[in-house]
Amino acid sequence: MATTTTTRPGRLLIVLAVILVLLFGIMGLTKSWGPKLGLDLRGGTTITLTAKSLAGGGSVTAEQLAEAKNIISQRVNGAGVGEAEITTAGSNHINVAVPGASQDSLIKQVGQTALLYFRVVYDAQAGTPVPTTTPSAQPTTTPKPSATPKPSTTIKPSATPSATPKGRAWSSALGKDATPTPTPSAQPSTPAATPSTPAANNGDPLAWTPDAASQEAFAKYTCDQPAPVDDPDKPLISCSRDKATKYLLGPAIIKGTDLSGASAGIPQGGFQWQVNLNFNNEGGDKFLKATTAIAQRGEGQNLFAIVLDGETISTPSVSGPIPGGQAQITGTFTEADARDLANVLKFGALPVSFDISSVETISPQLGGDQLSAGIMAGLIGLALVILFSFLYYRGLGIVVVASLAVAALLTYASVVLLGKAIGFTLTLAGIAGLIVAIGITADSFVIYFERLRDEVREGRSLRSSVETGWARAKHTIIAADSISLLAAVVLYILAVGGVKGFAFTLGLTTLIDLLVVFIFTKPLVTLLARTDFFGHGHKLSGLDPEHLGVERLPGQAGPARPATKKSRPSTRKPVGGEV
Amino acid sequence: MSKLGNIGARLHRGEVSYDFIGHRKIWFGVSLALVVVSLVGLFARGLALGIEFKGGVEYQANVRVTDNSVADFTDAVKATNAQDLGDPVVTTIGTDKVRIQTRPLDQDDIAKVRTAIATEAGVQPNQVSTSQIGASWGDQIAHKAVLALIVFLVLVFLVIWIYFREPKASAAAIIALVHDVLITVGVYALIGFDVTPATVIGVLTILGYSLYDTVVVFDKVRENTRGITGSNRFTYSDAANLAVNQTVVRSINTTVIALLPVGSILVVGTAVLGTGPLKDLSLALFIGIAVGAYSSVFIAPALLATFKEREPGMQALRRRVLAKRGGAVTNASGMPVPAAAAAATAGGGGTAVAERPDRPQDRPRSGGTPVASSRPKSSAAAGRPQPTRKPRSKRGK
Repeated sequence: MATTTTTRPGRLLIVLAVILVLLFGIMGLTKSWGPKLGLDLRGGTTITLTAKSLAGGGSVTAEQLAEAKNIISQRVNGAGVGEAEITTAGSNHINVAVPGASQDSLIKQVGQTALLYFRVVYDAQAGTPVPTTTPSAQPTTTPKPSATPKPSTTIKPSATPSATPKGRAWSSALGKDATPTPTPSAQPSTPAATPSTPAANNGDPLAWTPDAASQEAFAKYTCDQPAPVDDPDKPLISCSRDKATKYLLGPAIIKGTDLSGASAGIPQGGFQWQVNLNFNNEGGDKFLKATTAIAQRGEGQNLFAIVLDGETISTPSVSGPIPGGQAQITGTFTEADARDLANVLKFGALPVSFDISSVETISPQLGGDQLSAGIMAGLIGLALVILFSFLYYRGLGIVVVASLAVAALLTYASVVLLGKAIGFTLTLAGIAGLIVAIGITADSFVIYFERLRDEVREGRSLRSSVETGWARAKHTIIAADSISLLAAVVLYILAVGGVKGFAFTLGLTTLIDLLVVFIFTKPLVTLLARTDFFGHGHKLSGLDPEHLGVERLPGQAGPARPATKKSRPSTRKPVGGEV
Repeated sequence: MSKLGNIGARLHRGEVSYDFIGHRKIWFGVSLALVVVSLVGLFARGLALGIEFKGGVEYQANVRVTDNSVADFTDAVKATNAQDLGDPVVTTIGTDKVRIQTRPLDQDDIAKVRTAIATEAGVQPNQVSTSQIGASWGDQIAHKAVLALIVFLVLVFLVIWIYFREPKASAAAIIALVHDVLITVGVYALIGFDVTPATVIGVLTILGYSLYDTVVVFDKVRENTRGITGSNRFTYSDAANLAVNQTVVRSINTTVIALLPVGSILVVGTAVLGTGPLKDLSLALFIGIAVGAYSSVFIAPALLATFKEREPGMQALRRRVLAKRGGAVTNASGMPVPAAAAAATAGGGGTAVAERPDRPQDRPRSGGTPVASSRPKSSAAAGRPQPTRKPRSKRGK
């Protein structure tokens, strides 16, 4: 057993050195020297949302969750918050992390239910206050460029669907441009006069016409104002996504739930991207009714708005009734545009509501306090463990200190690099995991050292004990660490929020512990056992006979004989000799 | 410290031993009592659930605490007339922090209350930390925790089974684990510590820790009982007890080492931050690790021995051992092995039943006879007595 190859310990130590140099080299190359700190350590707001499907009994699919994340991202970006991180967690959680001060309005916005509505467009104007004069004044002179939503398209008001090369239009018996360039100005003041909808029908959203109050509100509204609440039963003033255009919209005619699906694609024989819509039975009826009514309104007035979260996504036009519950929106779509619109529609068709599960706003001061408390606790814990090791294991304490130091270097490098690579952020719970891991790491040494001493007590020479003790101890260490790792993995997979950070660092340090024990601690002990100090059981080495409770170290001059009677005090000094 | 080393050596040789397994009835009784008390506490008193489980809003601000702080902040918060405010709970933390808890509030009201608190504390609103928890959030966390617990227990059962090739070891370890968790939760119920998600993390982490400890002890038990049926000298309980004695110093050491950093989190967390995740986490860990150390010494090995001794092979062994001892030892369980037993030589044969009787020579060491067992890792012996590596003369005594 004592046939340690002379090269092995050194080789392993070189491997470790190479690993360390590599890790720190990468850190140097990427210039990332500090770990990415969580918001609870530097101040900021963390919002955890739970997505619930309104339609399907509460649970959401992975696809819906991804869509929901997109919607939240849009809301957050729309609120002008920089550096926000939006991630999904588990099967139905979305985390929004916003550094800096508290964000009351953002929290409110982020928690809204995402619902899609189709509304009739009564007016459209530039979203900026510049051209706003009395809306009724210019029936025909609305500033054209500002009134066009993002796809600035020149629209030909031809009625043939195929003939609309640019704008977006409902096709299938109709074709119309989505962009209301020539139209929106049409009759801001006259809708009451348009007899397109029988005024008698009060409950019908199509019957609504703007009154003076809403006209006035519309005139005053600018797109830099916070978005109004999207109540489907009421008219709405809404802006396009780019905030260039504002729309005066009637009550919702069709809800997202009336849609059964949406997809983007190029129709057979076609070459333009389009968005296909499918309505459910009820939705199909509503759509037929709505398109019938809208088509009557005439050129420039026959616009629908697709509104998500109070934001107008698209305003296609309708030139005729569309039966059958199927429709296409055509126009100048890029693939990305078409997919985006289809996703919006799909998402609106499967409305997801968000519960604000938790919002944590940590002031930068408290964050700083938590960070320093965590670091302080870690240092004190480390110092105590080292102190204990020296007291109990004396010289072997050096091994503990060195191993902990190597483990600390590896851990630090891993945390920094993982922050860079996969965006791992160190949270307070993560720091706690690191501190707790000090115990686990030191534990491996205890197992080994106790084994080693057991072997010596059994009458082996020190150098052979180093090997035989290791042979036994490594199985125990692997088994015990596996259990720790298992706990960490289960926690990580099943847990939410802070637990994740804790489990992650715990798992990471367990792996590092294994690595350190195998390629550093063991080789180091092997090397130390060859020194006079340890190998001959110096009084301070932690391997002296008295410390081990044996009379003298076996394998040395004199009969190797463990003390067997308690009456005999083990005071004899070890005698030097070859091991 | 060398004294401890000395004790360690004597424990290792079996010169000194405490009959952990023999006295198992006492320890089972103690544990049973603790578990019952815990359960009573849990059901009678319940857990003091933190705001994270009930839903609500918690504010925290730095302020110089005075005698009037609580009243001042209560008034300030009430003056906001926030809807459905309930009675705000104001607590001071140390001398420089105040914490206010309210029921779940509307988003606008949260901002209002925060401003009121900031004004009262004389700080900017963004220096007030808030934590707002929806009412259903706690249920989700609790649900996840229970799920994690179950998944973990099942996995651990399998892993231990595979590692020790012995479902009884799994059962013993899991019972000890449940015992640890129950007592820890019981302590929380009885003392009334706040239970927060951090506490839950702590309790779940205990699982890993407690098992870690148990696995190490079981490893030694396995080593000592390997091929035990090949000799008539020790019962399973004897061997297990020796294993516990041999590892008890290690158990103490690892527990101390584990508790040192956890204790430092507890102290620093409480002293610097007053309250919060660090304190909650480390408190649960501290209690759990202590209980876990107790169970892996007193409960888990005793359970394992109890289970194993139900096996016919082990019962036969016990009868043979007792017969060999001339009926002197009538104690139902394993007594510390008398030194006389050391005279026996490594016998082969035996009615090998369980436990892979591959290395009969690898019997537990005991008495004054430190047997320098060479522990080959592979099991090539196939039940035959194998020559030991060192001549007996070199082994001392």
